[in-house]
Formats: sequence, C-alpha cells, structure tokens
Amino acid sequence: MPLLFRTLFKTRGEAIAFGGFLLLLVVILPLALPVFRLNLVGKYLTFGFVAIGLVLLWGRCGILSLGQGVFFGLGGYCMAMFLKLEASDPVTTAIQSTPGIPDFMDWNQITKLPLLWEPFKSLPFTIFAIFVVPAVVAFIIGWAMFRRRVGGVYFAIITQSIALIFALGIDGNQGFTGGRNGITDLRTLCGWDIRSENAQYILYFLCVVLLFTVALGAKYIINTRLGRVLVAIRDREDRVRFSGYDVAMIRAFIFAFAAMISGLGGALFVLQVGFMSPSIIGIVPSIEMVIFTAVGGRLSVLGAILGCLIVNFGKTTFSEAYPDLWLYLMGGTFISVVMFFPNGLAGLIEKIPTSRAKYLEVFNRVKKPSGLPTPTKATPITDEQ
Amino acid sequence: MNNNSANVLEVEDLGVSFDGFKAVDGFNFYLAQNHVHVIIGPNGAGKTTVLDLICGKTLATTGSIKFKGKELRGSREYRIVRAGIGRKFQNPSIYENLTVFENLELSHPTGRGVLGCLMFRRTAGIKKQCDDVAVQIGLSDRLDTEAGILSHGQKQWLEIGMLLMQDPEIIMLDEPVAGMSVRERTQTAMLIRQISKDRSVIVIEHDMEFVREIADRVTVMHMGKILAEGSMDIVSQDPKVIEVYIGH
Repeated sequence: MPLLFRTLFKTRGEAIAFGGFLLLLVVILPLALPVFRLNLVGKYLTFGFVAIGLVLLWGRCGILSLGQGVFFGLGGYCMAMFLKLEASDPVTTAIQSTPGIPDFMDWNQITKLPLLWEPFKSLPFTIFAIFVVPAVVAFIIGWAMFRRRVGGVYFAIITQSIALIFALGIDGNQGFTGGRNGITDLRTLCGWDIRSENAQYILYFLCVVLLFTVALGAKYIINTRLGRVLVAIRDREDRVRFSGYDVAMIRAFIFAFAAMISGLGGALFVLQVGFMSPSIIGIVPSIEMVIFTAVGGRLSVLGAILGCLIVNFGKTTFSEAYPDLWLYLMGGTFISVVMFFPNGLAGLIEKIPTSRAKYLEVFNRVKKPSGLPTPTKATPITDEQ
Repeated sequence: MNNNSANVLEVEDLGVSFDGFKAVDGFNFYLAQNHVHVIIGPNGAGKTTVLDLICGKTLATTGSIKFKGKELRGSREYRIVRAGIGRKFQNPSIYENLTVFENLELSHPTGRGVLGCLMFRRTAGIKKQCDDVAVQIGLSDRLDTEAGILSHGQKQWLEIGMLLMQDPEIIMLDEPVAGMSVRERTQTAMLIRQISKDRSVIVIEHDMEFVREIADRVTVMHMGKILAEGSMDIVSQDPKVIEVYIGH
C-alpha cells in the first residue's frame, strides 16, 4: 500500500492537492451550490474525462488529437441508445404508427428497429460497449496512422476530419441516429427517473468518483515505466525505437486508452444532461476540449480537470452576458496560454515551490563549484579501474 | 573470409536508391566476432546510410543483411534491436529531461511491451546493471544528474551506455568522437576497445588518428561503393584511397 501511494504521488504536495480537490468536489460544492448549478458542474466534469485522456496523449506523448469529441460521442451515443429504447416502450409510444421504436424513427417512416440498435436493449451490453467501442475505433485509427508514422500536424488534421465526418454522418442519417436534433427526451435508467433532484445528486457523485478513479489510473500510468516511455517518445522518438520499443503500438494503446475514458465521460454526460447530439461531438467541441486541457495544464491530471471547470464557468458566465465576445475571449485565452505559460495553470502553481528549490540548487552549486559539469573538466572514463 | 562462420553480420550486394540516386550500391560487408570494424570515406559516401539500412531505418532496394544467418532485411526497427543490434546516432540522442540513471534504466530490455511497461519494477538486478554500466562509461557519480546538463562528451558516453544496457551482440556507432576534446577521444577509444571484448562494433569515423587507434579492420567507401578494405596500414597505403580521401 505505501508503495502504491508512492507510485501515485511523487511529492506530498501532489497528494495534498489531490485530497483538497476531492474535498472541494465532494463536500464543498454540493453544500454550496443549488442542484441546478451542481448538475452543471457534473456536466463540466464529464469533459474532465476527455481532458485526462489528452494529458496522457498530448501532454505526455506529444500526440495532438483534435477529434476526441468522436470518442466522447461514441460513449455518449451508446448510453443514449439504451436510455432511448427504455423511453420508447410500446405503451408510451402507442400513438406512433409503429409503437415500441424511438419517436424519431417513427417520424422518418422507419417501421422496424435497426439491427444496430437491438443489442442496446441490454444494460450489461451497453456498459460493455461504452468502454469497448471508443477504444476499438481509436485503436484501429491509431494503429493505421502510427504504423505509417503519421504524426504531428497531420495527425491533428486527420483526427479533425474524422470528427467532421462523424458529426456529418450522424446528422445525415436522421432515421437511425436522431440526426441534428440528437437523441432527446431520455427519462429513466432501469425504471429510475434520472431527472429527479435525488438522481442528479447521485449521478453527480458517481461522476466525481469515476473521474477520480480515472485520474488515479492516469497518475499510475504517468509514474510507471510506461509514463517515462511516453515522454521519451515525445522527446526522442528514434532513440525509443532503437531501444527496442514498438513505438506505434505504445502510441496506439495510449490513444485507445484516452478514447475509452472519453467514452465513459460521454456516457456520464448523457446521464446528467439527458440528451446527446452531434453538436457536442464535432470539430468545435473537440477543439474546446483541447483548450480546457491547455488552460488547466496539459502535463497535469488535476490541472486538466481544473481547466474544464474554469473555462466552462467562464463560458457560462460570459456567454450569458456577452454572447458575441465569448468566442474571441476563449480564442485569446488559448493563444496567450500557449504563448506565455505552455504548461497552463498547473504549470504556474508548480512553479511557486520549485523556484525556491531552483534558488537553493544554484546557491549550493555556487558554494561547491566541483559539482558543475563542464566540457573541459569531464569525468575520466577509466580512472575508476 | 566470406563464408567464415565467425561472422556475426554478413551484408551482401546491399543497395538503396532515392529517386534514382544510388546512395549505396553493391555493398558487401562482413563483420567478424569481437572485431572493431571502421567505415571511413568522404562526406556523402553513404556511410550513415549503410547504418540506416542495417538497423532498418531505411529500407534497402537490393541485397541481403544476415545476422547470425538470419535475414534482417525488411524487419521493423524494434525487432532488429531485439535481435541484438544496437545503434548510436551521430548527434547524442538521449532523454534530456530524465536523469542519467533513468536514461539507462529505460534502455534495459525487460518490459518493452505496453503491459511490460505497466508491470515494470526496479529490481536489485536492474539497479546493479545500471550502476555497472555507469562505472564503465565514467558517469557513476552523475547518476542523479539530469542528462540535459551533461557535457557533450558525457552525452555521447551516456548513449553508448544505453546501448550497453541492451547487451547487444553488435553495436553501431556513428561518429562517436565528433566534437570531443583530445582527452575525451583517448577515453572513448579505450571504452570502444573494452566493449569490443564481448561484442562486435561498427564505427563510422573521420578522424584518422582515432581510427588507427581502434580499428581491427577498415572499409573505405566512396560514392556509395567500397573503394578498399583491409587493415588500417594496408588501406592507408592504397593509392586509390589516398587520392579520394586521405590525400585531401
């Protein structure tokens, strides 16, 4: 147990920050906010799942994906399909020309439930699909691209196109997907009304618990050898390859892992917000998720979650007051973060203690100059023998 | 020599062309066990390309590369590394943000798959191996130093150390003493002699004094082809070699 603790938290400060943040989300916010606002926080936190994935993928491994909304959407649609089928029992939909199928299908003259929808009558299958579908799709896309050494800007552009294709595909197949309106009017989960105040509290806490489980998992990955290999791939791809690692496989794995947790976020989004639509998964939301991560700090798991909360609060507050200016403000924030503090808020916070440590280090070095490695005074190679 | 079973690496008729330009053409190369084999030649002769072809970074157009009788041509880089061929790049290629110890540890061959990485634990054996290699490359008092602040020469040694961690049967070094001081060169020569006791080494080098110090055998390349091969004394008296290279 102490070993696991040391693997998860490298410094005591990290553990305290983690505990403090958990306290804020579990105790302070639920006491301080009315349920409507708390539900909004829960919605923002579901983007935190995507942001944690981006920390691993972009911050640690240097792969910028502008299509994470796709995986958020895949998880979300899996959940929404299950809930929609439950909301479309033959009694409730008796006035339709074909009772027992979702209302939008009926409006589109579809008379039989499509085969793709059938398995989503089962909750265990739905939960399985929420995790597996995004991961498998991401693994296939990732494997195909990383094997051919597609990276950097090209990867970003291709993932962005995938986000566009995915959103258009849903939009264009109204009968099967609900089209632009999305899948709406979701009411119950196995008979439990998810719109009640009680359910919203429970779903909020479920979201926080799962988010912190995922955050701990991500911290575990970061602090094992895999985390060091990710950073090594980001900085010296060829050296890693010529140390005998299969770089394409490791990248595809981390892309699939990020997709899997994004899918979980999407499912929790649907449970708390009560609908799913292509406007939440296309290019713009995918880029917004990158901005949340950048503002909070792309190297830090906690920072990324904080980024989601802060940017979304800003969005809600400012876009109510100045709807036209909001987009410029958000774009400006993103540019200034990238230019002036590339490690985001978390990077700024971490700087405070380390500047003191740096000062001490310099001070010690000045005191004993022998510690300074200089090219002219190299360590003799064979003097040890 | 050609069919000698003591050859660990047999390269025959190797060639590659980039848009019709033959960077390497009809290259034959036999590496004997525990030999230091140096490839020299003027700039653009195709020396680095030969290393790229052997380690799989560039795919050959013709020929074969046999490592202990097994064909390597067409294999993926990481498989060639795992088979037992390590390669050092021309510019020191290390993980600057990690410590010297972490650099060495990351090069240890246990757990190179995704699962292996997640389950990896720093055992006493791995730690000891890192310590031993650090002594060999003269960085044992720098284990906790961030690799980025090492001197240029130390970075070169660290990368050689990272190769030693993999314990390969062949080590390929691309200009290992470029940018080093005279003293560092002497130390590097000693290091290469020492590591070639248990393995074969291919070195690409410009510095003739250095080549004379380390080479068991020398291959001279010119415009993608082999110009001469043999011991340093024979090669350096070859009139063709003097004309294209040493005479400059």
